[in-house]
Amino acid sequence: MDSCYAIELRNITKRFGEVVANRDISIGLKRGQILSLLGENGSGKTTLMNMLAGIYLPDEGQILADGEPISIRSPKDSFRYGIGMIHQHYKLVDVFTAAQNIVLGLNEGGLNIKETNTRVQEICDRYGFDIDPAKKVYDMSVSEKQTVEIIKVLYRGAEILILDEPTAVLTPQETQKLFAILRNMRDDNKAIVIITHKLNEVLELSDEVAVLRKGTYIGTVKTAETTAQALTDMMVGHAVALNIDRPFNQNQTERLTLKNVTCYDHEQVKKLDNVTFTVNGGEILGVAGIAGSGQKELLESIAGLYPVAEGSIEYTPPEGDVKNLVGMSPTQIHKAGVALAFVPEDRLGMGLVGSMGMTGNMMLRSWKNGFGPFVDRKGPQELANFIWNDLEVVTPSTEFPVRRMSGGNVQKVLVGREIASHPSVLMSAYPVRGLDINTSYAIYNLMTEQKMNGVAVLFVGEDLDVLLELCDRILVLCGGKVSGIVDARTATKDQIGLLMTSVGGKEEA
Amino acid sequence: MSNLRINRKKNKRFGILICVAAILLGILLAAFIYRLVSGKPFASVFRGFLPWFLALAVSAVAYGTPLMFGTLGEILTEKSGNLNLGVEGIMFMGGAFGLGGAYYYNQLASNPNGYVAIAIAIISAFLAGAIASLIYSFITITLRANQNVTGLALSIFGTGVGQFTGEFMRVKAGSYITLSNDLKDFFIMCPFPKFIQNIPVIGRLIFGHGIFFYLGIIVAVILAFYLNKTRSGLYLRAVGESPATADAAGINISKYKYLATVIGGGISAIGGMVFITTIAGCTWNHEGLSGFGWLSVALVIFCLWRPTAAIWSAVLFGALVDLYNRLHLAFLPDEIYKILPYVVTVIVLIFSSLRNNKEKQPPASLGLAYFREDR
Repeated sequence: MDSCYAIELRNITKRFGEVVANRDISIGLKRGQILSLLGENGSGKTTLMNMLAGIYLPDEGQILADGEPISIRSPKDSFRYGIGMIHQHYKLVDVFTAAQNIVLGLNEGGLNIKETNTRVQEICDRYGFDIDPAKKVYDMSVSEKQTVEIIKVLYRGAEILILDEPTAVLTPQETQKLFAILRNMRDDNKAIVIITHKLNEVLELSDEVAVLRKGTYIGTVKTAETTAQALTDMMVGHAVALNIDRPFNQNQTERLTLKNVTCYDHEQVKKLDNVTFTVNGGEILGVAGIAGSGQKELLESIAGLYPVAEGSIEYTPPEGDVKNLVGMSPTQIHKAGVALAFVPEDRLGMGLVGSMGMTGNMMLRSWKNGFGPFVDRKGPQELANFIWNDLEVVTPSTEFPVRRMSGGNVQKVLVGREIASHPSVLMSAYPVRGLDINTSYAIYNLMTEQKMNGVAVLFVGEDLDVLLELCDRILVLCGGKVSGIVDARTATKDQIGLLMTSVGGKEEA
Repeated sequence: MSNLRINRKKNKRFGILICVAAILLGILLAAFIYRLVSGKPFASVFRGFLPWFLALAVSAVAYGTPLMFGTLGEILTEKSGNLNLGVEGIMFMGGAFGLGGAYYYNQLASNPNGYVAIAIAIISAFLAGAIASLIYSFITITLRANQNVTGLALSIFGTGVGQFTGEFMRVKAGSYITLSNDLKDFFIMCPFPKFIQNIPVIGRLIFGHGIFFYLGIIVAVILAFYLNKTRSGLYLRAVGESPATADAAGINISKYKYLATVIGGGISAIGGMVFITTIAGCTWNHEGLSGFGWLSVALVIFCLWRPTAAIWSAVLFGALVDLYNRLHLAFLPDEIYKILPYVVTVIVLIFSSLRNNKEKQPPASLGLAYFREDR
C-alpha cells in the first residue's frame, strides 16, 4: 500500500470480553480530506477512533503514521503523533477561562496568559473561530465549549482531528459554522474524521465515507459518487429473520394519545419537537431512532419525569374518563389510576438499588402498601421468588445484592418487576440490551403476552430486525421529531433507516 | 453575554458596599456592647473603647495565627480535591512534635539560638503533619478509600499521637516541660523595630504582633500567587476541579494530590506548633488546642478557598474565640461564645450557596476519589 495516508489503520480488531467491538478494520486518513465514519449506534465507530486517541489499545492489527508503524499507548502518545480527538463529552474545567483550559497540561515553563491569548487569537483568525480567550467556561454555550475543545487540540499542533458526533448538540446555524471551519482546516491540509450517523451531514461535508456495521468494516465510498439510499443500505444491511411469535390482538382500544408534545432540556435545546401519536391497548408500538433522538425524553415525559413545555398527553384507562397526564407528578400519575411500568435505559441508575436484594427492589414499587410505618415484606418476597423461578434469574438467593448479579439477570429482575405490577401501559427502553438470545426471547414473549392482555406496550429498541418482527407499528424519531409511523408487518429496514436519519425519509442534502 | 458581565460588576460593587457597611456596623455594635458592659456614658465609651479594642485585636491576632496556618494548609489540600478532615489531629501532632523539637534542642545545645529553635520547631511540626497527611494520601489517593472516614480517623489518631507524645515528654522529664525564658521570648517576638511599634494605634494594631503572624501572611501571599499565577498552580486547581479533564490533558493527578495534601498537612501542623509555643507559653497543653483543627476546616469554607481571605478571616475567628475572655455579659454563659465561630460559618455557608456564584464554590471534585477507568 502507498503511504499517502497520514494515519492508516490495518486489520484492527478490538474485543471487550466476549463482544467484538471492531473486527478486522482497515481505514486510511488522508491529509486535506474530511472522512466521515458512518454507522448505527454500537457499530464501533467511537471505539475505533478511541484507539487513535490512546484510550484503548487494539488487540490485533497495526496503526501506521505516514507509513511507519506506531503504537499509541496513552493520550500523550496520541498528541505526539499530532492526533487530536474531540470527545462527545467535553473535558473542560468550568471555573477556568478558555485560555486556561487550552494551556492545561502543556509543559512550557512559566504561565503567560497574554502570550497564550495571542496564540489562541491567531488560531481563531486562521480558521474562522470566534471566541473570547478570557471567557469562563461556565458562561459558554455548548457550541463555544466545543470551539474551546477544538482550539485546545489545534494549540497542541494537531494535524489529524477526530470529532465524535460534533453536531449532536449544535443548532443548525452552529452546525453550518462548524462545517465552514472544518472546511478551512481541510484546506489547510489537515486530516479530519467526523464520527456521525447523520446522512445529510455526511453528504454535505465529507469527501469520503467509511461505513461500519456491527463492528465490521463495510466499505469506503467517495461522497460525490453515492446517495443517501446507498449509504443507508450499507449502514443497516439486509433484514435477518428472527422468527419472533407475533399474534395480532383484534380488540385494540385507544390508550394513550400524545398531541403536539414539545420538551426542552435544561440548556433550552429542543428534545421533543411537536410529537403527536397514539398508542393502542393491545399493540406493541416500537420506537426506533438513533440514540439521543428523544426516546428517553419521550418515555420520561409520559411517566411524568420530564417537564413537558407544550402539548398534551391524554390517557384513556380501560374503564373511566380520559385524563391529561401533563403537569402531574409521577406519584399523581400513579394515583390517578395510570399504571406505567417503566424500564429506564440506565437500569441500575434509575431502576434498581444496587446494594439491595431482589426482595428489597420489589419493595420499591410497593412500599406504600403496609401498615403505618411498617413495610410489607411478604408480598415482595413472593414476587421475588416468582421472578426468580419464572424468569430463571441466576442468583444465590432473593437477598443477594442485585449489583453483583450479571447484567442480563439484573435486566430480568427489572422487567419482571415492571410487568408484575399489572400495568395498562408498559414502557420499556432497550429491555434486551446485553441479554443473550434465550433471555431476549423470554422478554419478547412476556411483552407479547402483555399485549394480548390488552396492555399498550411502548418498546424502544435499537435492533431494527427485532423491532420489525416484534412490533405491530413502529414510530421513528429523528432529532426529537416524529419522522414517520410505519406498519411493522410491511415496512422494510431501508425505509426505517432512512426515516431515522432524515425527517420524513427525504434526502435533505 | 455583555449584560451578564455588567451584572457581575454591579454585584462586585454591591458586595464591597455590604462589606464596608458590615465593618462599620460591627464597630458600632462593639462600642454598644462595651457601653452595656461598662455602663459608662457614650462619650467616655469611645475613649475607653479604643484600648479595649486594641487589646482585643492583639489577642485576636494571637489566636488567629494558629488558625491561619491550619486554614492555609487545608486550602492547599482542598484545592487538590482532597477533603482532609484530619486537621485537628494534624495540628495536635504539629503542636507536640514542634514543641518537642524545640525542647530537645534547648536541652541538648549548650548555647541555644532562638532562630534555630524556631526553625527546628517549624521543621519538626511540618514533618509531623506531612507524615500524617502522607498516611491520609496513601489511603485516599492510592487505595481510594472514603475521604471523610479517613479524615475523621486521622483526626482521632493524630489527637492521640499528639497527646501521647506530649505526655511522654512530660513523664520522661519528670515535670512539665518548657523552654528557657530566652527562647520563649523568641517565639513571641515582634520582627519590627521599637520605633515602628510605638506609632500610636497603628503601631500596635499592624506592627505589634508575633513573628508567626507575619510568616503566616507571607505563606498566604505565596500560596495565592502559586494558585493563581503559576502554571503548576493552575494544574493543581484543574486536578481539584475536574480530575478527568486534567488526566486527559496529561497532568499527573496522583503527584499533584500527594504533594498538595502532604505540604498542606505540614502547613496545618505548623499552626498547632504556633499555638503551643505562643498562646500556651511553650508548655504542652492538651486542652487548649482542641477545636482549632475543626475551626480551620470551617475557616476554609468561610474564606471561600482564597488564601488571602484566610488572613482576615483567621483574625476574625481569633477574635470570636477570644471574645469570652474579654466580654462578660451576665445573662450569657461563656459556652455561647464558643459556638460563635461555627454559627458564623453556617451563615456563610447558607449565603455562599444561595448566591449561586460559580467562582466562590468548593473545588468541584472535593471529597471524591478519582478512578481513571471512569472516564
